[in-house]
Amino acid sequence: MAPSEQELRLRERLGRLRNLPLLGGARISGELERLQRQLDRIGQEPTDDEIWRSVELARHPDRPYTLDYVERLLDDWFELHGDRSRADDAAMIAGLGRFEGRTVALVGQQKGRDIHQRTERRFGMANPEGYAKAMRVMELADRHGFPVISLVDTPGAYPGVAAEQHGQGSAIAASQAVMARLTVPTIACVIGEGGSGGAIAIALADRVLMQEHAIYSVISPEGCAMILWRDAGEAKKAAAAFKPDAAHCLELGVIDGIVPEPRGGAHVDYREASRLLGDSIREALDDLDGIPGDELRRRRRAKFRSLGVFA
Amino acid sequence: MAKIDVSIETDDKPAPPPKHPNTCPSCHSHYRDDELERALWVCAQCGHHFPMRARARIASLVDKGSFVEEAADLHSEDPLGFFDLRPYTERLAEAEMSTGLADAMVIGQGAIEGTGCELAVMDFSFMGGSMGSVVGEKFSRACDSSIERSVPLVTITSSGGARMQEGILALMQLPKTIAAIEDLRDARQAMIVVMAHPTTGGVLASFATLGDVLLAEPGALMSFAGPRVVQELTREKLSEDFGRAEQNLRFGQIDAIVERRRLRTTLGRLLRLFA
Repeated sequence: MAPSEQELRLRERLGRLRNLPLLGGARISGELERLQRQLDRIGQEPTDDEIWRSVELARHPDRPYTLDYVERLLDDWFELHGDRSRADDAAMIAGLGRFEGRTVALVGQQKGRDIHQRTERRFGMANPEGYAKAMRVMELADRHGFPVISLVDTPGAYPGVAAEQHGQGSAIAASQAVMARLTVPTIACVIGEGGSGGAIAIALADRVLMQEHAIYSVISPEGCAMILWRDAGEAKKAAAAFKPDAAHCLELGVIDGIVPEPRGGAHVDYREASRLLGDSIREALDDLDGIPGDELRRRRRAKFRSLGVFA
Repeated sequence: MAKIDVSIETDDKPAPPPKHPNTCPSCHSHYRDDELERALWVCAQCGHHFPMRARARIASLVDKGSFVEEAADLHSEDPLGFFDLRPYTERLAEAEMSTGLADAMVIGQGAIEGTGCELAVMDFSFMGGSMGSVVGEKFSRACDSSIERSVPLVTITSSGGARMQEGILALMQLPKTIAAIEDLRDARQAMIVVMAHPTTGGVLASFATLGDVLLAEPGALMSFAGPRVVQELTREKLSEDFGRAEQNLRFGQIDAIVERRRLRTTLGRLLRLFA
């Protein structure tokens, strides 16, 4: 069977990576092996229907949320509250815990299960105060040398009146700027919806992962359909056009790896989904261990600065 | 046959008749091209700031003959083969034809009132000033050029946000430009940002709000989500100046609002303070 176009492009990326001076030295074999494994995992390019299925699974009401993974992956979890200025945003959680014996900081958006929780957590749409809380805890982690794990699950940043008055745009920018300065290993994983600015605010990481059925996009399918087709009902068409699925994000170099999910999706088996996520996080941490902080930061910036397609 | 009135009262007002670009949307004064140009595209009657093209903006700010453009030939590609009602490549070609620009940002070196600086100026006429790979790359190169020549960076924004047609890669221009700014900060070079109408979405949520000094033009909309989105989701009544420069100043989000005719001298003063 002839390799798919996607596979060829990934191979090309692999080839380019081999020649990149920034990946030179001892770590290069790790990088290449990781990509090679991803390549092996990829089958055919997802069809439009498969892309839409990921959109549906990413938003599945029973999908495990950030705290479901925290519960299964971290020991001694201690949640930290508040931005030390104005509020404690329930749409963003932050805290410390032990991952396989070492202290880590974890930040992530949190959706609610019932109507009460959903309102309180605003469907995982953070206010500027939420990003301020995440920044505070990431800086804490930096001071104490704790790796930062970020779980991304948001339709986007909250588009409210107070959010705008309190600087939603600058909060998202500032949070990314904090991440671009960290000298500790950082791992982000999109575990559901990676919605636009609200997602990237906590995803400027050394390793960016996506679960198999997560989505990561510049705008929601409905929003894109509304603007370009003038009809939110064309969301499926929009999703097929901008390709928010994990395989395409990997192909474009936007993420570093895909975290497999239990057959049928993460919501089918929380324990297995957590185990698979834990494996990927451990692997990424092992990769990053021992790289000096300023080198981590240099590579992190270089990686994001390489993203884009132009002539 | 009797005519039956079936009209239903709705909140939807009929779309206003298309306005001439030289008619002030605020006080309806109308101007000839040369009048507007002489007034730096500011309404002489009410002070409304019309959109200003990137090259005209640069010409109005820099010392004569000092501007040298960089990376002018960078062009967008179509990584997704994006097709909505029309192919992205067609939209790009059309924008290039109508604006004479290769994308929505012009960068280069120049001097303002004798102080050398790097400039990165956006142009809303090119696909709504949307940020795709080229804008991200040009802005990042402007940061590098600032560092290399040890001069401050002056950034003028006007953008609807990230360019949807480039999908997730458009979103990645946020961290990309921010990584470049962090390099600029490490090199202790200053960045002064001027936000023109409108500066929203992904540009507001990345380089526009990370300047050492944040200025805005009067009336400029500077919100992450557009007023319509906020209104629809929250059902809240929005104030007249929702998301505008004036409100942002009141809430402590920017340092100053500067009228266009004072922008050159203001930038000159600031650049001397950072020199």
